[in-house]
Amino acid sequence: MYGSTNLSEEDAKRMNTTVEDSDKLEAFESRIARGEKIEPSDWMPVEYRKQLIRMIEQHAHSEIVGALPEGTWITRAPNFRRKLALIAKVQDEIGHGQLLYSAAETLGKTREEMMNDLLSGKSKYSNVFNYPANTWADIAVIGFLVDGAAIVNQTINSKGSYGPYCRALERICYEESFHLKQGHDNVVYLATGTKHQRAILQDAINRWYRPLLHFFGPPDKMSAHSEKLMKWKVKLASNDDMRNQFLDMYVPKIWELDIAFPDPNLKKNSDGIWEFSDPDWDEFKRVINGGGPCNAERIAVRKFAEEAGRWVRQALMNPSEKYQIPLA
Amino acid sequence: MSSLDPRVNRLDFKKLADGNTHTNSHLITWEVFHQEKRGKQVVHVGIVHASTPEMALILAKEQYARRGKTTNLWVAKTSDVYTFNTEDEDIFETTPEKTFRDPAFYKVRDRIEKFQNKNKVAL
Repeated sequence: MYGSTNLSEEDAKRMNTTVEDSDKLEAFESRIARGEKIEPSDWMPVEYRKQLIRMIEQHAHSEIVGALPEGTWITRAPNFRRKLALIAKVQDEIGHGQLLYSAAETLGKTREEMMNDLLSGKSKYSNVFNYPANTWADIAVIGFLVDGAAIVNQTINSKGSYGPYCRALERICYEESFHLKQGHDNVVYLATGTKHQRAILQDAINRWYRPLLHFFGPPDKMSAHSEKLMKWKVKLASNDDMRNQFLDMYVPKIWELDIAFPDPNLKKNSDGIWEFSDPDWDEFKRVINGGGPCNAERIAVRKFAEEAGRWVRQALMNPSEKYQIPLA
Repeated sequence: MSSLDPRVNRLDFKKLADGNTHTNSHLITWEVFHQEKRGKQVVHVGIVHASTPEMALILAKEQYARRGKTTNLWVAKTSDVYTFNTEDEDIFETTPEKTFRDPAFYKVRDRIEKFQNKNKVAL
């Protein structure tokens, strides 16, 4: 559902100091400049590999963990059709996680290493999934707006330079367009329904507004930049640009239902740039570092799955088979 | 743990030891090929992790045949697939230059017309 391209300051510093073989680097960079894709067996700079692994892995974790808040409501979906759609969506998200883990594996990090890093907290997932889905309206808002935000991000990233990641994202975007449509359908049904349905929808929008603004990461003026990541087409748009694109596409679709966002300053300026109140970036940092309402539960559930399923994986292991990095 | 998710509330967290996965205990990968319709090419679509070909096929069905049309899926162990090194890509470089292999290379109309004009061939 989400891939973050924000660099830590330490990484940004190192990226500008690592020395690479200049001939190979030049060939690599001109290949990217020509719009060609990089494939797993190609030469690539150490930092390119490292940043891609970090980003794709984080994206994969987000898909897997992202299925948890939505899964909350499978047992209590309001009717059979909604239940089928929600189960399908959750299965898709897990499938997306698998596709992304595969793409990251081609860069040389094994799936188990990634899983370990998720459980130990070393590697992150999207902040937005550390919030609870309190009512059925949360499922509608997640399906429409969180997936809408993810599509903005993923469509942009699918134009990147690493072949396996782009291919995974194309497949993912295609499936997410169903998530978005069923989410919109769900939102519209609630918005055009009873007073109570409108009230729970408004309540969900009120709670998701800030996490949605946080979704694209800190404002450009606050985040570490790397010209190199842009040049290498690992990062393709700035956080603020993506956030603006999201607001432009989705705010009107909520307003037309006579549902409000909890921000009197939310408006589009004449230059096409959306204005909004400060969404509390300290909260964003607090939640990323484990202080959100659901961080502990999300990791505990993943740990449970990992440990309770271990004996099955071990029983299936064939020790004479040697793992090899997948091809594409 | 008290969760909004009734399924999470049913999990017995106490039974678990605290620990991570064991590294290098993961299953091998299989390259997956998908045929959309009878008569179409079988196309590579991705990988799955599995211990046997049967399990690989089941997982491939879940992963690559969830929607749309499918006639068949193939799986092959990653380690059984041989490829060229991408650094040797240049061995294919001159192929597009071999225009004598293209139908468009063979143009005879001009020659026919010239022949007809010269010999006053009536149509």
